[in-house]
Amino acid sequence: MSDTTEKLVGIVLVSHSAAVAASVAELAKGLAGGGTTAPVAPAGGTPDGGLGTSAELIAAAAAAVDQGAGIAVLTDLGSAVLTVKALLAEGDELPDGARLVDAPFVEGAVAAVVTASAGADLDAVEAAAAEAYSYRKT
Amino acid sequence: MLDVDFFRRWMTATAVSVDREAQRLTDLDSPIGDADHGSNLQRGFNSVRAALEKEAPATPGAVLVLAGRQLISTVGGASGPLYGSLLRKTGKELGDAAEVTEEQLALALRAGVDAVMALGGASPGDKTMIDALVPAVDALSESFAAAKAAADEGAVATTPLQARKGRASYLGERSIGHQDPGATSSALLIGALVEAAGE
Repeated sequence: MSDTTEKLVGIVLVSHSAAVAASVAELAKGLAGGGTTAPVAPAGGTPDGGLGTSAELIAAAAAAVDQGAGIAVLTDLGSAVLTVKALLAEGDELPDGARLVDAPFVEGAVAAVVTASAGADLDAVEAAAAEAYSYRKT
Repeated sequence: MLDVDFFRRWMTATAVSVDREAQRLTDLDSPIGDADHGSNLQRGFNSVRAALEKEAPATPGAVLVLAGRQLISTVGGASGPLYGSLLRKTGKELGDAAEVTEEQLALALRAGVDAVMALGGASPGDKTMIDALVPAVDALSESFAAAKAAADEGAVATTPLQARKGRASYLGERSIGHQDPGATSSALLIGALVEAAGE
């Protein structure tokens, strides 16, 4: 029996593209398998639907997945990375326990969601996502 | 002494410059970037202008912290968190003082530039906004006009450099021969100090 009151680490996926963020979220949840999956929220593109990064969408996604167990934020590149860092530096823009995780976007997201869904803590989720860098393909 | 009105004029003058030069910034961003620098900064500084009118912050530091926050929220590109951190850090360094000296502004702005370098990981010579900001801050103890001249010169001097940070760095040697749009907009920000001072 899973404990339905267990707090899970939340995952926020920040991409320049709304479609990429949403698709990677769907992929990661799908690969995490059945049962309870950790809360995952995409924060892709700009509020008007363009390519870019939105601090507003990131803050909303973080609030949506926050169960109090910490939040792993994964990003694609450039302004996505810098915006999350700037929000974290501000202190009150993202929930307590939000952390930028250094990981490849797709593989890291899958590892993070699978690990978080198993009830792991934020350090373990971060480690699993970062470890995805070491899965060589040739 | 520089009061809150000076800092409001600085931000407003920057917004006016960015409006005027938006097309040029976007044109510079076309060969080595994604052709959105002018429109991104225009959106950001127009939002700064609106927020300053609405919230009327009471101190120099509060003006810059509010401006920085607006830029992070509204720009949508890497220049948002970079300029946002620059102004926010500079504003925090100024604290709650009702008026600050030019020397205090120079020190605070240096801390702001350090924050940009820490956030983006760029150093002088990487063909970024740092190449205009560092010489400008170095010259700021002399005068605002000297800082503007140094920033303009620093921006022009990015042309022969090869980009080592950001999207332009993917172009490698093909980034050589183009003036960096971020250094160019940084020179507008520094140039607006001269206008704010009415020099």
